[in-house]
Amino acid sequence: MLKIFSTIIASVIFASLAQAKETLTIYTYESFVTEWGPGGKVKEAFEKTCDCSIEWVGLGDGVAVLNRLKLEGANTKADLVLGLDTSLTAEAIGTGLFGKHGVDKGLAKTPEAWADDYFMPYDYAHFAVIYDTEKMASPPKSLDELVNGDPAQKIVLEDPRSSTPGLGFLLWMKAVYGEGAAEQWKKLQPRILTITPGWSEAYGLFTKGEAPMVLSYTTSPAYHMVAENTPRYQAAAFSEGHYLQIEVAGLIEASPEKALAQKFLGFMMTPAFQDIIPTTNWMLPAGATDTALPEAFGKLVAPGKTLLFSPDEVFKNRRDWVDEWLNALSK
Amino acid sequence: MFWKLTLAIALGFILGAVALGFLPLLWLGFGQAFHIDDYLPRVVVFTLKQAFLSTLLSVAIALPVALALARRQFFGREALLRIFSVPLALPAIVAILGIVGVYGNSGPFGGLFSIYGLKGILLAHVFFNMPLAVRLMLTRLESIPAENFRLAAQLNFSAGQVFRFIEWPQLASALMGIASLIFLLCTASFAVVLILGGGPQATTLEVAIYQSLRLDFDPARASILALAQLVTCGLLVLVAGQFAREIQVVPPTLARTRRWDGKSRFSKILDGLLIALGIVIVVPPILSVILSGIGSIRPDGSLFWASATSLLIGLASASLSIALGWVLAETAARQPRTFLKSVITLACLASLIMPPAVLATGWFVTLSPLADMSRYAIFLVIILNALMALPFVWSPLYPAITDSVQRHDRLCSSLGLSGLARFKLIDLPVLRKPLGLAFLMAVIVSLGDLSAITLFGSDSLVTLPALIFRQMGNYRMNDAAGTALVLAAFCFALITIAQRWSQSHDHT
Repeated sequence: MLKIFSTIIASVIFASLAQAKETLTIYTYESFVTEWGPGGKVKEAFEKTCDCSIEWVGLGDGVAVLNRLKLEGANTKADLVLGLDTSLTAEAIGTGLFGKHGVDKGLAKTPEAWADDYFMPYDYAHFAVIYDTEKMASPPKSLDELVNGDPAQKIVLEDPRSSTPGLGFLLWMKAVYGEGAAEQWKKLQPRILTITPGWSEAYGLFTKGEAPMVLSYTTSPAYHMVAENTPRYQAAAFSEGHYLQIEVAGLIEASPEKALAQKFLGFMMTPAFQDIIPTTNWMLPAGATDTALPEAFGKLVAPGKTLLFSPDEVFKNRRDWVDEWLNALSK
Repeated sequence: MFWKLTLAIALGFILGAVALGFLPLLWLGFGQAFHIDDYLPRVVVFTLKQAFLSTLLSVAIALPVALALARRQFFGREALLRIFSVPLALPAIVAILGIVGVYGNSGPFGGLFSIYGLKGILLAHVFFNMPLAVRLMLTRLESIPAENFRLAAQLNFSAGQVFRFIEWPQLASALMGIASLIFLLCTASFAVVLILGGGPQATTLEVAIYQSLRLDFDPARASILALAQLVTCGLLVLVAGQFAREIQVVPPTLARTRRWDGKSRFSKILDGLLIALGIVIVVPPILSVILSGIGSIRPDGSLFWASATSLLIGLASASLSIALGWVLAETAARQPRTFLKSVITLACLASLIMPPAVLATGWFVTLSPLADMSRYAIFLVIILNALMALPFVWSPLYPAITDSVQRHDRLCSSLGLSGLARFKLIDLPVLRKPLGLAFLMAVIVSLGDLSAITLFGSDSLVTLPALIFRQMGNYRMNDAAGTALVLAAFCFALITIAQRWSQSHDHT
């Protein structure tokens, strides 16, 4: 316990000493900076390129990061924000805190050409229904088959009010069914085992064997193939296409370290950053890579069609769409 | 004078912390339009319904189980009571995975009934709260003087008469407090309701508050909902307080409680069945947590650091919580039924009435312009945890202190005994057990806490529950199961130490 106290004291002293060096404070979501996440390696790689240091601030998830910025406003300690996705960027720009990135947009390797002046993408993945091959011989081949399938074979979903994948699936349903989404939600309802507050609880119930399907990412099977050496969990390819999540970073306009932040965004698109992503963040790189992706990534479902609302559409409609979902399932 | 000053400090601290949390939120929302839709009444109704049923079930099962446990001495009784404290320390997701491992689709009792929906919520709430109620009721039952039971035996009381004249009066004074505590815990329940509720038809106020603070970032709505929670829960606590019986004054005793009743065969079988019922509810999910974790513990640096951090935060917040709870209980015990007494009771339950997410957001708005919050995260976590542990400290401490005050105050003032001397000679011997239990529960509550640590925690501040969540978030479900086992073992070890301590001082 003494050790913890001395670590705390030491870190305070260090933090004040470190002021001499340029420090880039980056707000991100927590799993980016855990011991398994990319944070540590990214810090090491970037600090080699400059006489500076990165200070990560890990906050829950992307929504938590955005809310922290709203609470802090112009007083924010962040120089750069990494970890929002495209359903949050319109709202983020609305805070007036973000500046243009000035990086060549052509460097972004996303499924659709990149056009955002404020944010640069660093990785992406499509949402997908992951199924347990030991419990399900013929997974649904489309969203329609999922909605109308056997209610005895259940799926675990995440709550769009508290989770990014949850919101992603809501947008997926909306992108495919439009005005008829509420109707389809009601049809899907008997197949839903439960709707959890976050991805972790849903995935925990799924791997515990509670349901043969869970909403996750096309990249999830890569983890099981690479880290656990098992092909048991696979993604179901849907004929209507898959909704896309693109994770982005942007700089704070008023930050005294704006130049350094800009440098980081450029660095983010290079192999030094991108090579770290696949096996730490379990997402697909959105920039140039040097090393080939692990073999398992070649076996992943590659969606024939990508579904994505523009950030503005999400921003304008999200609340109504979530209310529509609430009403469809509450009655 | 001393108590007045400390009361002012303690009460000021708690009310200040609550005001600092709530007022900025109200202020943020002030410019925006308040609107109430038909969603709000629906949520309030569901919140109260599930909390009422959960409380009713937990207390109705706990009461006969506690009576049976108080009557019987058997091998493994102490160990069983230790196990009864473990659910309190388990983060909701760990307990839920344990419950799912037993009653879920792949568990040995799978298919008995669907655990998704109201039944699942009730099952989980009973798993959490029934053993808590048993522990709290037992401290009351065990403080009944042996003379009462001897007298009952000499008068040839029936079991019903023993209950009516001896056990019930002692329980009744604490029952409303215990029921209120459980009711508030179930009202504030978040993860259990969402995960086992099966969908948005099961939404509590706490969930709605979280949604409006998080997804919608709508402080106006959040403060309306928090106000609804404050009013509903506050009224319930006050009403429950009106029904609470006065604390019974019993003659002092230091003799070990012995029981002469319950000798009949029927009574033995009945008690055996009741104790078995308690075991069947509490033990299998814990066993499932142990089994899924046993081969998966990763004894690495992060597990060690997380354990040390948890212990440090647990001990610090428990100490703060005890200090606050003690001062408030000492004062409240000397108050006739007055406004001040109600305020004190409400203050102790503040963290259950005002959601931690609201407190944390408000603190953040107030404090972040003044200081770098991430640097003081550990202190904020300790303070928030202390507030969250306060209801658990209050529940065993308040009846015990009232008891002691009513018994000893006159004697002490006639003897001129006060201050430290009084504390050592008079209070400590009778308060040792409830004090130990209060401290233990406070440590356990903060050991298992996930909300304060997610609200304020930083990447350098990782407790065991936070580590479990991080591991789960990184696909490492097995590692998480191992860490959950370490947390449960930790809690069990702490309880063992505490029990040894309280026994080694018994009757010396």
